[in-house]
Amino acid sequence: MVFTSKEVLATQLPRIATVWSEFRDQQRVVVDAGSVYEVLRCLRDKAGFDQLTDLTAVDHLEMDGATDRFEVVYCLLNIESGERVIVRTFLNEPDLKLRSATSIWHGADWLERECYDMFGIVFEGHPNFKRLLLPQEFASFPLRKDYPQQGRGERHNFPVITRAES
Amino acid sequence: MPLEVLDSAGLTSSQREGLWTLNFGPQHPATHTTLRLVLQLDGERVMDAEPDIGFLHSGFEKLGESLDYNQYVTIVDRMNYISPLANEIAWHHAVEKLLGIDLTPRCKYIRTIFAELMRIHDHLLCLGACVLDLGGFTAFMYAFNEREYIYEICERASGQRFHTSYTRVGGLLYDVTDDWIAMVRKFCKNFPKAYNDFAGLVMKNRIFVERTRDVGYLSKEDAIAGGATGPVARASGVTRDLRTDEPYLAYNDFDFDVCCAQTGDCYARFQVRMMEIKESLKIIEQAIENLPSGPIFNEAFGKTGLPDKSEVYRSIEGLIHHFENIMPNRQIESPRDAIYAATESPNGELGYYIVSDGQFKAYRARTRPPSLLHFSLFSRMMRGYMLSDVVAVLGSINIIAAELDR
Repeated sequence: MVFTSKEVLATQLPRIATVWSEFRDQQRVVVDAGSVYEVLRCLRDKAGFDQLTDLTAVDHLEMDGATDRFEVVYCLLNIESGERVIVRTFLNEPDLKLRSATSIWHGADWLERECYDMFGIVFEGHPNFKRLLLPQEFASFPLRKDYPQQGRGERHNFPVITRAES
Repeated sequence: MPLEVLDSAGLTSSQREGLWTLNFGPQHPATHTTLRLVLQLDGERVMDAEPDIGFLHSGFEKLGESLDYNQYVTIVDRMNYISPLANEIAWHHAVEKLLGIDLTPRCKYIRTIFAELMRIHDHLLCLGACVLDLGGFTAFMYAFNEREYIYEICERASGQRFHTSYTRVGGLLYDVTDDWIAMVRKFCKNFPKAYNDFAGLVMKNRIFVERTRDVGYLSKEDAIAGGATGPVARASGVTRDLRTDEPYLAYNDFDFDVCCAQTGDCYARFQVRMMEIKESLKIIEQAIENLPSGPIFNEAFGKTGLPDKSEVYRSIEGLIHHFENIMPNRQIESPRDAIYAATESPNGELGYYIVSDGQFKAYRARTRPPSLLHFSLFSRMMRGYMLSDVVAVLGSINIIAAELDR
């Protein structure tokens, strides 16, 4: 397979530092959190990555040797050529903010909301930014590694609404 | 005559005041599972439809961080529960890609047969249930009759009808038997008649066609940028199918077509599904006649699957093999890296992003469910159509809430 994304990024955005790696024929690039939006925009407009296949995050709290807490992963796909690229970026508390990619692919809408729901990563400029799966008043981010698998008793403390009150 | 698609975002507040809000779900017969829609209606016309999801959120991805690669298969089963084996195949496809395991030809073929049986299984429910929602009960029963036989095929292979948990890292739970092969042959022989009955009841049914044609339009651009995959994208003219574009399992060996349509409406999505059932049957027929013999585990990659019980009970080697598979400190190590791998599940691209910290379990097991991306496009498909079209559109994108919420 011919990979074009690396050359496109090198020629279009030479000032942005990128670290490329490959694992099992999958190309990945790590970029700085501040320039993620620019890189994604360039990959969409100049390299033809017209689909955001997946967007997710990883909490590296319990990973041996990890230096950064959160990693946000964008899986991109060029429908025409079938080329895939994974864009990764690292974030640390308290600055868990990224610019929303909804203006590039509208499919990022729910993926970003889910990412916030589970990890607490804020996407600025999102048109309808709130929790996707959990109740709006939920207080923690359950896929973080410091959240216990059994939960913190939220389920038992939900307010019970009786038929008379509703 | 297609209705003019309205953009509710452009409405002024005074225009919005005239609208009334209707809650659709979370417990409504046509939602099939628990999901809720907040509809903004102008008379009977839907001006906006905002999905509200999460009622079935059960923390599957969190569980994936504590169960090993073989144990988690019981959880992925329960995501898209109308085609459980397709999830298992996708999950172990990702794990095997991470570990660098090649499958044996026999295992590849058996998995391919099951993947295609699951495609038929899933499409039959999607079509049958949607026809039921639109008022046709008979076709639903025809579809379920065939589904019942596929359940029996699953039971014969794995001992379980529904949540089979049949695949293992690098192999399968059990090898298939000759009577299983006979059952699949019988299915291939009998299914075309049932298919024709079903197609005759539905595809040219005037009521069905009128309720689905020119309803729920999704443009090609919206489908691509919105992350639509599978039959939903192919009905809008996207010619992408992972089975041919990124061949996995044994799909390279078979002759089949990728089914597409251009119109992007509900009827096109049903047509694509109907055509795909035919292609799946073609693949199954080719695979079952050419099923290779040999082992189902690739011995070159060592002890990934549990040994046969007769070995465990009767030999010390078998017992050690079993022990080494079960004890977390004796299991094989995985590379400390991350991988995204996807298969073409009946609903679309079902991907897993696995991050590994070296153990035989995932550090992070992300599921990329096709339903989530499809449902986020729902308000785009729905704007400007009538209230009665909601069930048609909902049925045509085949939302499975357990997969949606995980």
